[in-house]
Amino acid sequence: MSTVQFTLNGQSVEAPAGKSIFNIAKDLGIAIPHLCHKEGLAPDGNCRACVVEVAGERTLAPSCCRSAKPGMQVQTNSERAVKSQKMVLEMLLADLPEQGNKWLDDRAEAPHGELSQWAEHHGVQVRPALAQLRRETVPADLSHPAMAVNLDACIQCNRCQRACRDLQVNDVIGLAFRGAHTQVVFDLADPMGGSSCVGCGECVQACPTGALMPKSHMGPQKVDREVDSVCPFCGVGCLVTYQVKDEKIISVKGREGPANEGRLCVKGRFGMDYIHSPDRITQPLIRKTGVGKDVGLIDGHTDWREVFREATWEEALDLAALPLNTLRQQHGPKSLAGFGSAKGSNEEAYLFQKLVRTGFGSNNVDHCTRLCHASSVAALLEGVGSGAVSNPVRDVEHSDLIIVIGSNPTANHPVAATWMKNAAQRGTRIVLADPRITDIGSHAWRTLQFKADSDVALLNAMLHVIVTENLCDENFLRDRADNVAELKAHVQSYTPEAMSAVCGIPADTIREVARAYATAKAAMILWGMGVSQHVHGTDNVRCLIALASITGQIGRPGTGLHPLRGQNNVQGASDAGLIPMMYPNYQRVSDKSAHDWFEKFWDTKLDDQPGYTVVEIMHKALAPDTDPHKVRGMYIMGENPAMSDPDLHHARHALASLQHLVVQDIFLTETAWLADVVLPASAWPEKTGTVSNTDRTVQMGRQAVLPPGGAKPDLWIIQQLAQRMGLGWAYAGEHDGVAAVYEEMRQAMAPAIGGIDWARLNAGSVTYPCVSADDPGQPIVFHDQFPTQDGRVRLVTAGLIPANEQPDAEYPLVLITGRQLEHWHTGSMTRRAKVLDALEPAATASMHGSEMQRLGLQAGQWVRMASRRGEVVLPLRQDDGTPLGTVFIPFAYQEAAANLLTNAALDPFGKIPEFKFCAVRVEAAPLQKA
Amino acid sequence: MVNATHIGLDQVRQQLRQPRSQLKGRQATGQALEEVRALIGEPPTNGHRRDLLIEHLHVLNDHFHGLFERHIVALAAEMRLPVVEVFEVASFYHHFELLKDAETAPHMTVRVCNSLSCSLAGSDSLLRQLQNDLLDVKVVPVPCLGRCEQAPAAQVGQQAVAHATVDMMAQRVAQNQTAPEALPDAIRLDAYLQTGGYQLAQQVAAGLKDHESVIQVLESSGLRGLGGAGFPAGRKWRIVRNQSGPRLMAVNIDEGEPGTFKDRTCLEADPHRFLEGVLIAASVVGCEAVYIYLRDEYHEARVLLSEELASLQANPPCALPRIELRRGAGAYICGEESAMIESIEGKRGEPRMRPPYIAEVGLFGRPTLEHNFETLFWVRELIEQGADSFSAHGRHGRQGLRRFSVSGRVKQPGVKLAPAGITLRELVDEYCGGMAEGHTLYAYLPGGASGGILPARLADVPLDFDTLQPHGCFIGSAAVMVLSQHDSAREAAVNVMRFFAHESCGQCTPCRVGTDKAAQLMTAAVWDADTLQDLAQVMGDASICGLGQAAPNPIRCVLDYFPHEVGAEVKA
Repeated sequence: MSTVQFTLNGQSVEAPAGKSIFNIAKDLGIAIPHLCHKEGLAPDGNCRACVVEVAGERTLAPSCCRSAKPGMQVQTNSERAVKSQKMVLEMLLADLPEQGNKWLDDRAEAPHGELSQWAEHHGVQVRPALAQLRRETVPADLSHPAMAVNLDACIQCNRCQRACRDLQVNDVIGLAFRGAHTQVVFDLADPMGGSSCVGCGECVQACPTGALMPKSHMGPQKVDREVDSVCPFCGVGCLVTYQVKDEKIISVKGREGPANEGRLCVKGRFGMDYIHSPDRITQPLIRKTGVGKDVGLIDGHTDWREVFREATWEEALDLAALPLNTLRQQHGPKSLAGFGSAKGSNEEAYLFQKLVRTGFGSNNVDHCTRLCHASSVAALLEGVGSGAVSNPVRDVEHSDLIIVIGSNPTANHPVAATWMKNAAQRGTRIVLADPRITDIGSHAWRTLQFKADSDVALLNAMLHVIVTENLCDENFLRDRADNVAELKAHVQSYTPEAMSAVCGIPADTIREVARAYATAKAAMILWGMGVSQHVHGTDNVRCLIALASITGQIGRPGTGLHPLRGQNNVQGASDAGLIPMMYPNYQRVSDKSAHDWFEKFWDTKLDDQPGYTVVEIMHKALAPDTDPHKVRGMYIMGENPAMSDPDLHHARHALASLQHLVVQDIFLTETAWLADVVLPASAWPEKTGTVSNTDRTVQMGRQAVLPPGGAKPDLWIIQQLAQRMGLGWAYAGEHDGVAAVYEEMRQAMAPAIGGIDWARLNAGSVTYPCVSADDPGQPIVFHDQFPTQDGRVRLVTAGLIPANEQPDAEYPLVLITGRQLEHWHTGSMTRRAKVLDALEPAATASMHGSEMQRLGLQAGQWVRMASRRGEVVLPLRQDDGTPLGTVFIPFAYQEAAANLLTNAALDPFGKIPEFKFCAVRVEAAPLQKA
Repeated sequence: MVNATHIGLDQVRQQLRQPRSQLKGRQATGQALEEVRALIGEPPTNGHRRDLLIEHLHVLNDHFHGLFERHIVALAAEMRLPVVEVFEVASFYHHFELLKDAETAPHMTVRVCNSLSCSLAGSDSLLRQLQNDLLDVKVVPVPCLGRCEQAPAAQVGQQAVAHATVDMMAQRVAQNQTAPEALPDAIRLDAYLQTGGYQLAQQVAAGLKDHESVIQVLESSGLRGLGGAGFPAGRKWRIVRNQSGPRLMAVNIDEGEPGTFKDRTCLEADPHRFLEGVLIAASVVGCEAVYIYLRDEYHEARVLLSEELASLQANPPCALPRIELRRGAGAYICGEESAMIESIEGKRGEPRMRPPYIAEVGLFGRPTLEHNFETLFWVRELIEQGADSFSAHGRHGRQGLRRFSVSGRVKQPGVKLAPAGITLRELVDEYCGGMAEGHTLYAYLPGGASGGILPARLADVPLDFDTLQPHGCFIGSAAVMVLSQHDSAREAAVNVMRFFAHESCGQCTPCRVGTDKAAQLMTAAVWDADTLQDLAQVMGDASICGLGQAAPNPIRCVLDYFPHEVGAEVKA
C-alpha cells in the first residue's frame, strides 16, 4: 500500500494513502471532536466539529472526509481550527434543551451524549446571547413502543439516516425540509410508530445525542455491567452486548461480529425482556393427581394451579426420570423419545442426544430442524456431502447475482437481509423467486412470483435453458460432477414455454434469469423454508444443487448454496447429533465404524438403527399398544410441538396420550400444559454456552443474569436426569461443566471443530471447518472437492410432484404458513416481549386486496379459516405481495394456531411436513372480541 | 425527570392492540396510482429514471396545485423508491406545495419578491396589501425572482409581473392570467440561422475548426466563469477534455443570486446564441449529454427554451448531443455547481464536499463540464471575433467585458455590458443615467447578496474578479445593488442574511445554525458584535459551500463600514 508523508500538528507523519486525517490523528492519539462521524458509517462531514487547518487552503477542512496528501501541513489544534470546532459545539448545544435523554454515566449535567462529551473536552459553554435564541421545542414522538423520538435533542447529523438507509437499508428515515427547518422524518414525516419502521433500532444505536433513544434506557446511561453474548433468536448469529442494571437487561447493543458488524433487528434489540416476564416458571411443576391431559386447556386461560402443583427439584427430577426408566424396562428403548432444541447451546444439544442414545437406549431423538431444513439437509448430504452452507451470507458482497428463493429474509433473517440489500446497492442483482413478494422484492432486479408448489417446474426450466443454450461450466462438470448426462437428458423436456404454464412465470423471464445466473461471474443461491417445507422439498433443493453445479457457481467467493438456517442454533444442534439417523457431525448411526467409534467413546452399547423423526414420533405416540415401537414416554427440552407440528389436533392428541411427558422450558408452553412434569429452565441470557449460526460460525453466549427463582440451567437439568437414569457423567467446571462438555463434543466432531477449543471461543467467533489451532477456519468450502465419497457432486433429477392436498371446491384456497419479523417461531418468547407484542399483538391472515374483493371481504375483517383438519378465526390483513388464491398466516399465535390447519404429509427423504401448502376455506366470521 | 422516560409502553400497546389491517407504513392506493400513472406514464421496462424524480414532482405539483401525500406514496411506488426519499426531495424545494390528504390545494399562488431591490421598491407593503385583498389565493413572499430591474417583481401562477401594483395583480388574479407570457422579441431559430447562426458549431462539429484553437481563443481572451466563481473557461475545458469518458455537461441557469438577472435577459433575447455555445463546448470537450438546469422562476424563458430546443432538435445543424432541459424547483443553493448536480440527479440540492471536483467526478459520477449560462453565451462571439475583441476592453488595468445587473436606486436599472474594472461611480453615471431622482449614493452591494456591502467612499474601486477581496467583498455574478441615503446598510444586511437563512440547505452546522442565529441577532438595534464575529468566523471557515462561507460578508461589512448603524465601535 502506498503511503504519504505529511505534517500533523508539526510532526512528520507517514500514513496510508487515502486514509482520512481524522483516522490518522485518532491512531496517533489526537482527539478531534466529531459528531456526524461514526465508525461503520460513511463519512459525511456535515457537522464540521472535526475541521482542521490545512496550510494554504482558504477554509478549514473536515478531517473525517479529507485524506492526507504528500507534504500537506495539517493542524488539528491551531487557534483557528479550535475556534471553529468550539463554535460548532456551542451552536449545536445552544439549540438543545437543558434536560437531555442520554446522560454521560449518571450525570444530569452532561445530558446530551457525545455532544456533552466533546463540549466538556473543549470546555465549551453556551453564551447567554445564543442560549436565548434556542430553537422552538417540538413535542416528543412516543408513538413507537420501543423508541422515543425527541427531536429537541437532534443535531441533524444524519447518522440515523445513514444507519437506516446505508446500513440496514430499511429506508424509513430521511432528512426533510431545509435550512434551520431540516428535520429527521419517518416516511412522510409520520409518527415513528405509524411509519414503515421495522424497529431495528440501528438509528438509536447511531444517534449521538439521545434524540432517538430506547425507551427502556433513557437518562442515565450508567449500567451495572455489560455482558457480551450472541442473540438468541434467528440463525444469523448477531453478537450483542447486554446492558444489565438491577439484575435486569435494560437494553441491548449490537456488537461487532462476523455476521452482523453491530447490526441487530427488532427482536435482538428490543425483544430480550421475555426473560423477565412474570410468566416464567420458577419452580418445578407436577401434574396434580387425577387431572387429565386436556388439550382444551392449552390456550393458557386456565390457572396453572388447577393442573399442576409446585414441587422441589429433588421430587420433580425423580418424578421425571423414574417413569422413563420404568417405561424403558417394560417396553424397551424404543418406547422413549426425546426432542432437543435448536434454541439451546451446542453443549445442551450434545448432552441431550447423548442422554437419549445412552440413557433411553435408542436413536429416537430429533428436533425442529426436521420442520425447517430437513429436506435441504437430505439433498445436500446426498449431493455435496455436507448439510451446511457452502458460503456465508456476507459472501453476497462478492456476488454479481443472488437468487433468493422461498425465503423472506427481511422478516426472518433481518440482519442477513441487510447484507443482501447492501450488495444490491452496490449493483448486485437480486432475483427473488417466491410465491409471496416480500420486502426484499423492492430491492430485486427481477421478482419471480411463481405459483406455490411449482418450484421444480421453474428450476427445471432454468436448468433446461442453461443446458440447451450451452451455458454449462463443462470443465466443472467434467472434473467435479456425477450423473451429468442423466440430468441434462432429464431437463430436455422442461422447456420454459411448457413450464411457464405450470409456474406462471413468462418463458422469456425464465430464460433471462437463467442466463443471468449462468453467466454471472459469481452467483449465489440462498433459500428458506419456502423451498424446504414441501413434500417435494428435497427435490426442490436437488434442483438448486444442480443449478449451482452445472454453472460452476460453487466453491468460490460469492457463489454457492446457502440454506438460511432458522433457529439460533439449528446448525449447531444438528451438528451435535440431535438427529435420529446421525451421531454428532453427521455420522450415520447405521454406519458401523461410526457406531463402533461412539460405543467406545461413550463406553456403552448403542442402537444401530435410525430413530424416528418428529412427525413420526407423534404418529408412534398414537400407535396401537401392539406396536413394539409405540412411543410412550418423552422428554422435550425447549421445543413446542403442540404449536410447531403440523395438524395440531393430531399432534396435541399424541402428546396428551403419552404415558409420561417431561417438558423442560422457560414458560408453560402449549406443550408443557400436556406434561406430567415441567422443569423450569434457563433463558439464553441466563446461561453460558456456544451456538453455531447459519454461516457455520461457532460463537460464545455468556450468562448475563441469574435464572429467576428456582429455575435452573438446562445443562444442569440434563445431567440430573442422566444421573437418575444411571449414567455416570461427570462434567466439572463452572456453568455446570459447559467447557468440559464442549471439549468432549469437540473430540466427537474433530473434522469440523477440532481446531476450536474453548479458550479460542472465549476470545472470539470461529467458523468451521477448523481442524487445528492455527487453522483460521473456512467460511467458504468445496474449493476443489466435495466431502462426498468420491469428492464429486452428485446431481439428482427431480420430476414434478404436486402438493399433497390440492385446493378444491370445498377448500378452494391455498394456505401458506410462515413467520413474521416480530415473532419468533411459536411465539413463546416474543409474545412475552412487550415491544414485540405491542408491534404485532395478534394473529392476522394476509391476502391480496383483489382476492379479498373477490371474496367480498375487507381488510381488518374477522374471518373463519378452515381446512380439513381444523379452523381458526382471525382478522384479515391486506398484503398485495400475497398471491391470488392464497392466504398467509404466521404460526406464532396460539389463539389462532396456523398449524391447526396444516397438513402433516411428509417429504419422503427429509421427513419434513408440507407447511407451505394446504387447502383452506375462508369465510366472514362474526365480529370478534378485540 | 427526563422527558419521556416513563411514557407508556402500556399506553402505546393499548392503542396498537388491534392488529394492523395492512402492512407497515403508508400503502399506495389504487386510485392514487392511477392518477400518477396517467400523468407520468407507465414505467419503462427498466423502471422510471431516478433522476427524473423532480420532473415528475413538477408534473404532479402543476396538475394538482400541490403534492398530496397519497400521490407522493404512489409516485414512490411507481418509481420503486422509498417514500421518504421522495418526501425529502419534495420538501427541500420551495415550489413544491406539500399537502396533507385532507387539505385542499390553493387554486392559485401569488408570489411577491422580497429580495433587496424589490424591498427597496416597496414589495413589503405590496405583499401585505395583497395578503389582505386577495382572498382564496395563496400569497407568499419569495426570494429574488431575477427581475430586479422590474422591482417590485411578482408572479401570478407562472406569469411574471413587472413593476407590480396591487391593481395589476388583482386584475390578473381575477382574469386567471397564470400562464407565462410569450416573448415576441426573442430571436428564434430561423432568424438566428439567417444571421449566420450555427455555422461555427457546424465547423467545430465537422472538425473544420480545430478544437485546440477554440480552447486557445478562450484562454487568451481571459474569459472566466460568469456564474460567480470566475474559473478560467478555457482551462476548465482542457481539464474536463482530459478526463476519461463518458463526459457530461451541465449548464447552470439557476440564476438565483439576488440582484442578478443577466442570464434571463440574454436567454429571453437570444436563446440560440447560448445553445450554439453549448454545442461548441460539447463538441470540443466531448460531452455526450448536456443537462440544462433552469431555475423554476423563469417560466417564460423555459417555454421559449423548450420550443427552441425542439426546433433545433427537429432541424439539427450538426449532430447534437443528448440535451435535457431540467427545471429547478425553488432553491437558491442549486446555483452552487455541486448542489445543481445533485438536483439534476433528482435529489436534494445539497452541495457536495470537494475534492473530488466536478470536473473529475460530477454528474452521475462522470467527469462534468459545468458552466454558467453567460459563459457559454460568449463563446460564439469570442471565436468569431477573436480573443482580442474581448480582452481589448477593460478599465483601470483590468481586461474584458462584464454584464452587470444593476438595480436599486439608479435611474436606469438593467443589464449593462461594460468594461471589466469599471468603478461603481462610472457604472452608475455612464450606464445607468446616474442615481434616481432624490437619491444620493450611500452604499452598494457589488456582487449580489453574498458579495458584501461597500460604502459610497469606496465607489471608485474597480469592479472585477479579484479587485474587491481586499475590501472584504467580491464581484460574483456582477449583480450591483445600489443604496441611497434613504436606505440602511443594516437593513440590507438583515435582508440578505434572512435570505441566506431561508436558502441554506441545512446540511452543515455553521450555515444552518449560523445564518439563522445571525439573522436574529442582526435585528437588534445594537449588535452583539463579538457573537456575530464568532458566527461569521465559523461560517466563513467551516461551512461546506460558498453560501455559508460568503454569508458572513454582510455582517463584517456592516461592522467595518457602517458601525454607526449598529451601535458598534467605529474603527479608525
